[in-house]
Amino acid sequence: MDNYQLTHLKELESEAIYVLREVAAQFERPVLLFSGGKDSIVLVHLSRKAFYPASIPFPLLHIDTGHNFPETLDFRDWLAKSVNARLLVGSVQESIDSGRAVEEKGINASRNVLQTVTLLDAIEKNKFDAAIGGARRDEEKARAKERFFSHRDEFGQWDPKNQRPELWYMFNGKKRMGEHFRVFPISNWTEMDVWQYILAENIDLPSIYFTHERDVFYRDGVWLAAAPFMEMKPTEKVEYRRVRCRTVGDISCTGLTLSTADTVEDIIQEIAATRVTERGGRYDDKRSEAAMEDRKKEGYF
Amino acid sequence: MELLRFTTAGSVDDGKSTLIGRLLYDSKSIFEDQLDAVRRASVQKGSEHLNLALFTDGLRAEREQGITIDVAYRYFATPQRKFIIADTPGHIQYTRNMVTGASTANAAIVLIDARNGVIEQTHRHAFLASLLGIPHIIVCINKMDLMDYSQDVYIAILNDFQAFANQVFPDQDMRFIPISALKGDNVVKPSENMPWYTGGTLLHHLETIPISQDHDLVHQRFPVQYVIRPESDEFHDYRGYAGRVAGGFFHPGDRVVILPSHLESEIASVDTYGKALSEAHPPMSVTLTLKDDLDISRGDMIAGIEDFPEESCNIDAMICWMNPRPMQIQGKYALKHTTRDVRCLIHSIDYVLNISTLEKLTENKTLRMNDIARIRIRTTKPLFFDPYKVNRITGSLILIDEATNETVAAGMIL
Repeated sequence: MDNYQLTHLKELESEAIYVLREVAAQFERPVLLFSGGKDSIVLVHLSRKAFYPASIPFPLLHIDTGHNFPETLDFRDWLAKSVNARLLVGSVQESIDSGRAVEEKGINASRNVLQTVTLLDAIEKNKFDAAIGGARRDEEKARAKERFFSHRDEFGQWDPKNQRPELWYMFNGKKRMGEHFRVFPISNWTEMDVWQYILAENIDLPSIYFTHERDVFYRDGVWLAAAPFMEMKPTEKVEYRRVRCRTVGDISCTGLTLSTADTVEDIIQEIAATRVTERGGRYDDKRSEAAMEDRKKEGYF
Repeated sequence: MELLRFTTAGSVDDGKSTLIGRLLYDSKSIFEDQLDAVRRASVQKGSEHLNLALFTDGLRAEREQGITIDVAYRYFATPQRKFIIADTPGHIQYTRNMVTGASTANAAIVLIDARNGVIEQTHRHAFLASLLGIPHIIVCINKMDLMDYSQDVYIAILNDFQAFANQVFPDQDMRFIPISALKGDNVVKPSENMPWYTGGTLLHHLETIPISQDHDLVHQRFPVQYVIRPESDEFHDYRGYAGRVAGGFFHPGDRVVILPSHLESEIASVDTYGKALSEAHPPMSVTLTLKDDLDISRGDMIAGIEDFPEESCNIDAMICWMNPRPMQIQGKYALKHTTRDVRCLIHSIDYVLNISTLEKLTENKTLRMNDIARIRIRTTKPLFFDPYKVNRITGSLILIDEATNETVAAGMIL
């Protein structure tokens, strides 16, 4: 009977498709939060599979900090077009210009935290009742506590100590007016699962995931991309190096890895041998032990 | 590579977090930056050893109080299998989390502190694991290092546990392993301190427990989750029923019955993205199309033609109550069963179970948080179900408080 056991990738895929269909069935106005990173690209791929031969029954929403890698934005536009999905963009710059968000100052300034304001505004304005995200439980310790269907109150806040129990595969998406859900179909995937799946399904990725040459500088154990808005300390100097992104956020918080990997196979080998977690290179997580927990409680991705 | 989901149950201080930390550490699933963080925290807290338990803390309050508040999920892989651990708190007030973690598990690790032997909490955890239909239970007798790795101690605890188990779940698949999570004996590496034990390490068991029979492969069950209608030129008349196979095998050409209408049809195709299949089985997500144009919607069930599930508005179930507000007898709740949403009335409590003594308290008419009871429910529309023992998907339900929208109970249909 052994051939009736699915492989781990097939089982994870089936689980994610089930969750996506549950979103479409339970909510009136779902949206897929698209960051341009590999996890949300996998989510788009899974959504396409879940509803085939119909098209994806929800739009994509990108929260643009204004500090994104141009490759990410080009890829985003191409992908939305190729799957025939509606693309909405929430602009952090607009939130700053209208006074809804205040730009951080100083050396470690980032618009990462400001995204929460823009995201919650976009959810409220469009009356989205479920926002699908590519967060995974293996990424970070606060995310390890997430449900598939994660309730948010009318202020967009997460209450990790008082979550609804989630039993079997029955997802309780009931809510009051003004509240919404965050839904995480690939909760149970690890970084390795995502890459193996990208390989198995032959999924296209933005070029920044593969090795390329770029101006970078070194800070607190992380390589960061040099850009006009990145303020540098006098001791830091720009170098031209062969790098790639292991995760993709905006330029201010994405750590780059020195790497010559230029195929998905190379990347899988690199990850299998690496001894540092994926988010080890994320500058936004380095702010404190509970940086992610605090942001999530306020309504971050 | 296969996927095994398991849960851990133990009382406070049984060393549950240490065991998980040990599994992750010895299987080389911990990265340098995580290790550095835990090293720093261990020193800061004045621990002599690397405090393995710190690998599993998630929330700020948990780190502050040194306890686990909510189910956390951990992942690791060996060349044999990928593992998902539902790390559940052992406190009595958090039974709901244990039930949550157990509901999807293939295996449960029940931890016993060798110094204390089988205690009330052990009964509670083992009983819950069995009630939730976890196919495999692995009893780890921990802290053997503190009992001089004594075989006598191990055997006494094993006999004690088995006496309880024979009475409560005689058919349960069970394994026993003497371990020290702190020192690493029999977790990933065989123990040199217990040559008298030859039954394999914990990791060995996790890698080799047969799990292909954990699904119901006999009864054809397909709860319709979502109807796919492309409304495009290319697929103008396409009407597909999307869902996850809950039992049995589905093939093109199979004669099926649709519930609740009892209309019959034949499967035309088993579709996935860009590829039609010759067969689907649990837990695959597929889309079925039928030969006939019928009125079918979410919450309906497609089943084998000579193999119906039960169909009734009167449900007997064991339930675990999970909310601070006690259950209201004669109260109305929303009920979710497979993809079906109905409302229900709590008709009566048959008995509340004392899960330490397994005594059935028939006089007790209140059901509070973490209580287990056998109750009768009447639903507004019929459910199509199997006993939970036969099928964990078509045999389970949840109750939702319509005032607060909270999930208040987990139910296993008898």
